[in-house]
Amino acid sequence: MVTVLYFASLRESLGVSREQVSLPPGTPTVSELLDALRSRDGRWPEAFAPGKSWRVAVNQQMASLATPLRPGDEVAFFPPVTGG
Amino acid sequence: MAIVRVQSGDFDVGRELEALTAGRHDVGAVASFVGLVRDANDGQPIRAMTLEHYPGMTESALEDICAQAHSRWKLIETLVIHRIGPLAPGDRIVLVGTASAHRGEAFAACEFIMDYLKTRAPFWKKEDTPDGGKWVDARESDDQAAQRWD
Repeated sequence: MVTVLYFASLRESLGVSREQVSLPPGTPTVSELLDALRSRDGRWPEAFAPGKSWRVAVNQQMASLATPLRPGDEVAFFPPVTGG
Repeated sequence: MAIVRVQSGDFDVGRELEALTAGRHDVGAVASFVGLVRDANDGQPIRAMTLEHYPGMTESALEDICAQAHSRWKLIETLVIHRIGPLAPGDRIVLVGTASAHRGEAFAACEFIMDYLKTRAPFWKKEDTPDGGKWVDARESDDQAAQRWD
């Protein structure tokens, strides 16, 4: 299992801020976790559709689709940042 | 060294900048940037704003940005204070302060920290407009501003 967090517009459109998600078997990466999320109902493929801009962090460090995941990791998806 | 604070309350710019150099005599220059909430964005009036962040990652991202500034320039101190939660037009959002022996390093590092903060620190603004709540879109110009330091 990994903890998945969602922030800002992504959190609002998905209606969830935090959840536990089972990791796909093998040596999963962010890309495979995302495939599992996209296979859910309509809101999920919509939120992560091609052309939608989002970022991912693993254990609070900026990450990419190729970043490997381990049980217990904290994975966060969020839109491009707009602070300052 | 870097001082990083994420807080809901306001800050006193004068007091914070004074504290940055208190008791030291090697600082010859302090540069600072204060970001404020505007009452309009892209021609639309803004009544209020809420700043969301990623607790934990925000602080480490800001510390990392300051550490990068310290490795690029000869700096004595850096300071970042960023507010979260509900804010109104005119409110202060962010303070960056940099202290160095000479002005060049302080000016450059202050701009660098803001450019990196804008594109790398996990904060998100939601504006309260007459049409309802609206998440602010990231700007291409902010990416370009950050890229000039690459």
